[in-house]
Formats: sequence, C-alpha cells, structure tokens
Amino acid sequence: MNEMTTIAKTTTLKDWETDQEVRWCPGCGDYAILKAVQRTMPEIGTAPENTVFISGIGCSSRFPYYMETYGFHTIHGRAPAFATGLKLANPNLDIWIVTGDGDGLSIGGNHTMHLIRRNLDCQIMLFNNEIYGLTKGQYSPTSRVGTTSPSTPYGSVDRPAQPAAFALGAGARFVARGFDVSKELPNVLKAAHAHKGAAFIEIFQNCIVYNKDVFEDFAAPKGAEDRQLWLKSDEPMLFAKGTKGIALDVDALNLKVVDVVDGDWQAAGVIVHDVTNRSVAHMLVEMRFGEFPMALGVLYDDPRPTFEADVWRQNKAAAEGKTADLQSLLKKGQTWTVTEGGPEL
Amino acid sequence: MATAVEDRATTSPSPLSDAVVVRFAGDSGDGMQLTGGQFTLSSALAGNDFATFPDFPAEIRAPQGTLFGVSAFQINFGSSAIDTAGDAPDVLVAMNPAALKTNVPQLKQGGLIIADEGEFNDRNLAKAKYESNPLEDGSLAKWQLLKLNISQLTMDAVKPFGLGNKEALRCKNMWTLGLALWMFDRDRQPLVDWLNAKFAKAPDLAAANIAALNAGHAYGETAELAGPLKQHHVDPAPVAPGLYRTLTGAEGIALGLVAGAQLAKLPMFFGGYPITPASAILHHLSRLKEYDVTTFQAEDEIAAICSAIGASYGGSLGVTSSSGPGIALKGEAMGLAIMTELPLIIVNSQRGGPSTGLPTKTEQSDLYQAVYGRNGDAPMPVVSARSPGDAFECAIEAVRIAVQYMTPVMLLTDGYIANAAEPWAVPDLTTYEDFPVEFLTEVPEGGFKPYGRDENLKRPWVKPGTPGLLHRIGGIEKELDTGHINYAPENHQAMTDIRKNKIDGIKVPDQIVELGAEGGKLAVVGWGSTFGPIHQAVRRKRAEGADVSHIHIRHIWPLPANLGELLKSYDTVIVPEMNTGQLKTVLRDQYLVDAKPVNKVSGQPFTIAEIEAAIDGAL
Repeated sequence: MNEMTTIAKTTTLKDWETDQEVRWCPGCGDYAILKAVQRTMPEIGTAPENTVFISGIGCSSRFPYYMETYGFHTIHGRAPAFATGLKLANPNLDIWIVTGDGDGLSIGGNHTMHLIRRNLDCQIMLFNNEIYGLTKGQYSPTSRVGTTSPSTPYGSVDRPAQPAAFALGAGARFVARGFDVSKELPNVLKAAHAHKGAAFIEIFQNCIVYNKDVFEDFAAPKGAEDRQLWLKSDEPMLFAKGTKGIALDVDALNLKVVDVVDGDWQAAGVIVHDVTNRSVAHMLVEMRFGEFPMALGVLYDDPRPTFEADVWRQNKAAAEGKTADLQSLLKKGQTWTVTEGGPEL
Repeated sequence: MATAVEDRATTSPSPLSDAVVVRFAGDSGDGMQLTGGQFTLSSALAGNDFATFPDFPAEIRAPQGTLFGVSAFQINFGSSAIDTAGDAPDVLVAMNPAALKTNVPQLKQGGLIIADEGEFNDRNLAKAKYESNPLEDGSLAKWQLLKLNISQLTMDAVKPFGLGNKEALRCKNMWTLGLALWMFDRDRQPLVDWLNAKFAKAPDLAAANIAALNAGHAYGETAELAGPLKQHHVDPAPVAPGLYRTLTGAEGIALGLVAGAQLAKLPMFFGGYPITPASAILHHLSRLKEYDVTTFQAEDEIAAICSAIGASYGGSLGVTSSSGPGIALKGEAMGLAIMTELPLIIVNSQRGGPSTGLPTKTEQSDLYQAVYGRNGDAPMPVVSARSPGDAFECAIEAVRIAVQYMTPVMLLTDGYIANAAEPWAVPDLTTYEDFPVEFLTEVPEGGFKPYGRDENLKRPWVKPGTPGLLHRIGGIEKELDTGHINYAPENHQAMTDIRKNKIDGIKVPDQIVELGAEGGKLAVVGWGSTFGPIHQAVRRKRAEGADVSHIHIRHIWPLPANLGELLKSYDTVIVPEMNTGQLKTVLRDQYLVDAKPVNKVSGQPFTIAEIEAAIDGAL
C-alpha cells in the first residue's frame, strides 16, 4: 500500500501553479525554490491531486498556497506531526513538508527529529536563511555567532545548529543540500522524491531583507567551482574543475582537501562518493566551510523500511483472522446475564 | 461540610443495611486493586448493584509500608440502586499499619476493622508513624476490631505448595478475598475459575492462591462463633434483565469512540501521549486494530493532536486524548482545527490541577479550559460524561457532532470515571442510528467552494487525493466560501460570526430533569462524575419530602436550548462541582440566574452527605 496507485498524467509547470498572488519580498530566494519545485514536479510524474504540501509558520511556510496541489498551512513547528497523521491515514499521498530554520529546528526541532527517526516517507525541504524573516529579522538557531539582529543588538552568542548534521544524527536515511538559485536543485529534489522514506533537504535560501547574501561566500556564481563540492553517486569527490578533491586523512580520521595533479585523482587518494556510506556522510555534514568547500547534492541515501509501511503491516497482521464485530467486543470480558431468576455467568 | 460527614457517621447505625461499603486497603504491592476488582465481579454475580472507587498512589512503587504507598479500593454494593462508591465504609480491611492509619478516619463509627496483625510489627508501625500499636492501645475503641494474623494464616494455607516466603505472602490478598466472600455469602467458584485461567501456565501458583482463598473462607465459617465477624447477605438489586459487564470509564470512552467511528463509517486515527489518567484509553484502542483503528504514540502532546488533525484532514476520524496539562499544550492546535473546520475528538480525563497537580486524583476543574481555553474567539462543543456507561454514549455523541458540523469536540471525563467500574447493560448496537459521512468527491453545481456551507453551516470534507477539488487550508483567516487567505476587516467579522453561529446552532437534546419536577424550590445542577452523589442525595431528600430536583448537564457547550427557562423555574439553583465554581459561572453568564456554588477541590469525589448538607443549607 505504499506504492503510488494513481497513474500520473503528464503535467506541465503551469499545472502546478495556483492563481494566488505570491507574497514574498521581491528578490527573495523562495521564488527560485518555488519555480524549481514547480518545474520538477512534472518530471517526477506524480499527480497534483495526490500531492500534499504541508508547512508550519514562517516565510517558507506560505509555500503551499502557491502549489496547485492539496495543501495545509499548519501551526508553528508542527508540520511533521500533521504529515505523520496524514500519511498514516493515507499512505498513497505524496507528502512534501516545507519548513525553515526557525520552524523546523527551533520551535519544531522535536518533531523534525522524530519524523526523521521514524522514517516517514516524505520530503522535508528546510529553507535555511539563518534568520527569522516573518517576525522581522531576529537571529535563528542557524545564525552564525555574532549575528546582530533586533533581539541580539550586541551580536548572538549561541552556537548555530547544523541542519544536515542534525538530520543525520536523528537517523536520517537521506540527506541532501542545495541552494535557492542553483541549477542543480531540481536534481536534488528528484533524488529526494525517489528515496522511499524521510528525505531531508537543506536548501540555503537568501533572505534579501534581513540576512542578505549570507551564503555568497560559497553560492556566488563567481568562483563557485572552487567553493562548491557537488557530490555525485559513484563519482570522485572533485571540485575546482577537477584540480582538488576530498581524501581521507587517515592519521586524523577525518577528511582533507588534496590537490589533484593531471587529473589523476586516484593517485591523490580522492574518495569515490558512496551515498550509502554513513560514516563518510557524518564527515561530509561536519565539513567546515572555508577549510573545505560546501558539500552539496545528495550526501547520503540509504533507504530503510518506512514508518507508515510498518504501521500498516502491523495493523494488518494484528487484524488477521479477526472480525470487526463490535457487538461481540462489547460483550467481551467478565459478563453475566440477569434473568428473572437472577444473575448468572 | 466536613462536619456534616462526621454528624452522619456518628448517627449511622452500625448493623449492616441493604447497602454495604467495603474498603480494601494495603500496600501498593498487596494487590488491593485486584482484590477489589474480583470482589466487584462477585458482587455483580450476586445480583447487587454497585459502584467502585479505586484510590491508588501516584508513585510507581512507593517504598513498602509507607503512608504514601497505600493503595485502596472501595466498593458500595446493595439491593437497591447504587450511584456512588459510598461515603463512609462499613468494613475496612487494613493489610498494614499505614493502610489503617490513612483509611480508618473515614470508617463509620461502629464499623468493622479487619487488620492483618502479622504486619503490625515495630518496623511497619514506625513507617506508619504510629507511636504505639493501635491494635493494642485502645485507640480504635469506637470501631469493632478483628485482628488476624493473615500473613501467618496464608503461609500455613499455602505451605503444601512449597512456595518461597515472598511468593507465599503474595497469596494474602486471596486469603482476604476468601474471608470477604464468606462475609457476604458469595460463591467462590467464579474466582476459582478465574485463578485457574490466570495461572494456567503456573498450576502451582493457581493451586496456592485457591488454597488461600478457601482458607480465608473456611476461617470465616469456623470463627463466626464469637466476636464481630458475622455473615451478611445482601439481596440482589432489581435490575432489568439483560447481559451485563463491568465497565470502567476508560473502556467506555474507547468502545464509544469505536462505535462512533463505525456509525460514521470512518476509520479512526488516535494520536496520544502517555499521561495519567488518560493513558488507559490509548492502551485499550491500541488493541483494536481490526476495527480500523490506528493508534500512534506521538513524541509529545502537541504532536499527538496535530497528527490526529492530519489524519482527519486525510479523511479519518482523528482522536486525541489527554489530561489537563496535556490539553493545555494542545490548545493552539485546537484553534487550527476550529479555523480549518475539521472534525476531531479531544478527550480530557480531568485530574487535580493546576500544573502537574494531583495526577491520580479527580477534579472537574478544566471546564473553563474546555469552553474558553483557546486564543481568539474559538468556540468548540463540549460534552461531558457522568459515569463509565455514560462515557460510551457521550463518545458516540461527540463523534456525531464532530462529523455533522465539521468541528473539533471536547469530551470531558475525569480520573474518577476513568478508573471507577460499574455494571453496564451491554447495549444493542442495532438500536443506534448511524450517521455516515459523505465526502465531497466531485465539483458540485455552482462550483467548488472549500468554505461553502450547508444548512448546518458545515463546510465540505474533501480527502486529499480527490481529483478536481484541489485546495489549500490553514490557520490564517479564511475568505468566505473560497477559503483563500483574507485579512479584510469585514471578512474576519463574517467568518467569526459563522464559526460562532455554527457551534451555537448545534442541535442538542433538551435538558431533562433527572429526579423531581420542572420548577420548584431547589434545583441541584451538576455535570460529570458528581452525578452519583447528587442523585443519591436528592433521592434521599425527596424521600424526606423536600422540594428538590436534580438536573445533570451533558452538553456543556452549546447548552441545551431549554436550560435557561428550566433553571429560572426554581427558586434556588445550587451547582456542586469539584472546582471553585466553573459551571456556576457559565450558567450565570448565559442565563443571569443566581446559581450558587457548592465546591470541593480535594481530589476526592463528593460524598452524598456533603450534597445533602448543601441541600439542607439551600432550602
């Protein structure tokens, strides 16, 4: 029952757009993500009526209003819980959760963790802009130390959470990264959708008003090849046009950047990306930008049975051979009959 | 009111009457709840009407012998209608000093204490903070005292089975039960059968327990000669013929929800998070998979309700359940269910509050929270159960309202109802009218309006997955008809009015008078688990010729349409409730009647005597 039963019709980008006026700030990274999703959906080939976008609260969480699908704009931080109930009620639905760094990691961190741990089949798009946009610019759980904001006029002092590391730590079987204007984003979304189970995608998103260009250091087109490591399954971890790669520092039991001479990445010890290698995934999500390029694309992808499938399987097994006769259930246990002659067992 | 209880205790006759109250009290590890439960069954088989009150500690395993580790079970059984577990016990079985100390103050004057003197050693006396042995120092003179070394008698009885000391002493409760069965002239065979079934895999334990049971019974027979121990027969109560079972409130809620879902022709999804005393509902439902029930133990209370709303959105009957503190956490999500107009059942098993309060004790102090406890103008129907059997009916009623009006409904019960058991005439389900849900599956004439409405102001229920009816919902104010986001002032006014009018317009049955006449000197108005003591008190006072009536409200919100006029037909209205006057405030607000509060907030149910005193005071 975990398979899509509806035969998808061919759709185009237009089929996934609603008639609602999009209300993000001009230049917001959300526009690019919305377009990327609307462009990807026809390629994925699912039916709009079988697709549900569920969000919490925040700028990102307006997303469902703009998708011509079923949509539920819920309450702050709780989208994963609504998704869980919905998916258990109808495992045939294709569920996308839209959340942000505040919604998904601060107020809703608990639910994000448990949804990932249970491995509910859905896609979680966490728009990380390292700031609270909708409440007008306070620092968020992913803001860097020293972020000045209305609530931290002297700079924030608490250390940021790392979404991808958090997800992996919570037991995620799929972790990916992308950013709003990246041409690769649709491919990341497709891979997430193809993964059966909770697929966690951290999408760096530029908040043009409150945290402008905070990701420019790696996302700027100029010099991008030196600062972005796009991971591809079964391919060596190369960047800077193949002149650099990621290798294992055996002494430190960590990763290191190595120079690749004449394209001989093997000689340099560059690792071939195995998306099912959990140990390497842990190192990739911990790679510090600066010393390393930003690891993007599918960092980890190793499916396990999904929560809803196991629940349905167990429900079915427990009901096996039993009839749902409520009248006899009411009579169950220690009963007695009162007749004119008195009570008897 | 405490004085009134004492007055009653001093004047009540010591010989046992046609209704008897027995209280079994012991250490948490002594098996008192099990003893009480089995004695209850034997009362049922003897044809008595009964009501029970389990009273156990909040601690999981309190240190042995301590005052806070005492577990008690009270049963009131009789040959006429029994509505409460009884005010003051006639018989107290005390398995140790701590049990005696915490329970003997409630015992009727002249009542019988049966104490296990084997446990009254220095160590246990010190733990119970007794300076001298109450069995010896004359301090129990106003009661009859029967001291038996139950521990030793049990050891002797089970000796042939070669159990260790600890295991042998575990049979003490069966010895005690055997004695109790003899005292009230009860058949042992059902208990013997039950023990054989329970210990089918350990025949030695079954035999030892049966031997203890028989020994206790035999002790009664042979010791009757002298002293306070007398056999007493309570005649069967006149009960309508039919099939009966014992039912707790938690079972009543669980079965009623399943029945409601079946009548609505919906699968049920239950999202819960463990909390006392609500967890029992989750436990019951999690075993009922074949009834199309999915249960989900969520990571917290908020996730529990949100998952239930998600399931309702998907076309299931979403149900969540908790107790006061958990209900508080669910408040925001209830608002979303109101805004998105999705059906949902929220069961609140009330307990002592505020905050963590008294987790295992009962209270009715969440009425404000149920009726008013959300941000914004957030009207929600509230149904309240008066007893375990009534909980079954109320659960069905809550489901009916939820699906017929597309609204969350709060179902109130409390710790007393949840744990108490009563005999229940098993209903014939074919006599219940079904109310099958019709999902919207096609674009209706005039176009699809996600927030269009029928004559009940109900909006359509569309399952995601339905082609042609794609739409978005959420917690931001909806536009009339379309359900789009709309912040316009006139739209918010209109939507607020619609949400209010929809709930106000819910059809609930007219309020009836449970006992007495419409109009007169005094109405005692109650709700929830105070039904028993109010009903008995009013019955007694009416038997004495007093002009007093009992009104018990099931539909707390919206209130029955005739209630205002009904209340105004009495000179005086008093409202006994286990809070500081919450229903009283609602009644005053709604009808401008001078409803007077009668309050008890001690974690214990009202006694009949307390209500009688309140009636006397008001007449």
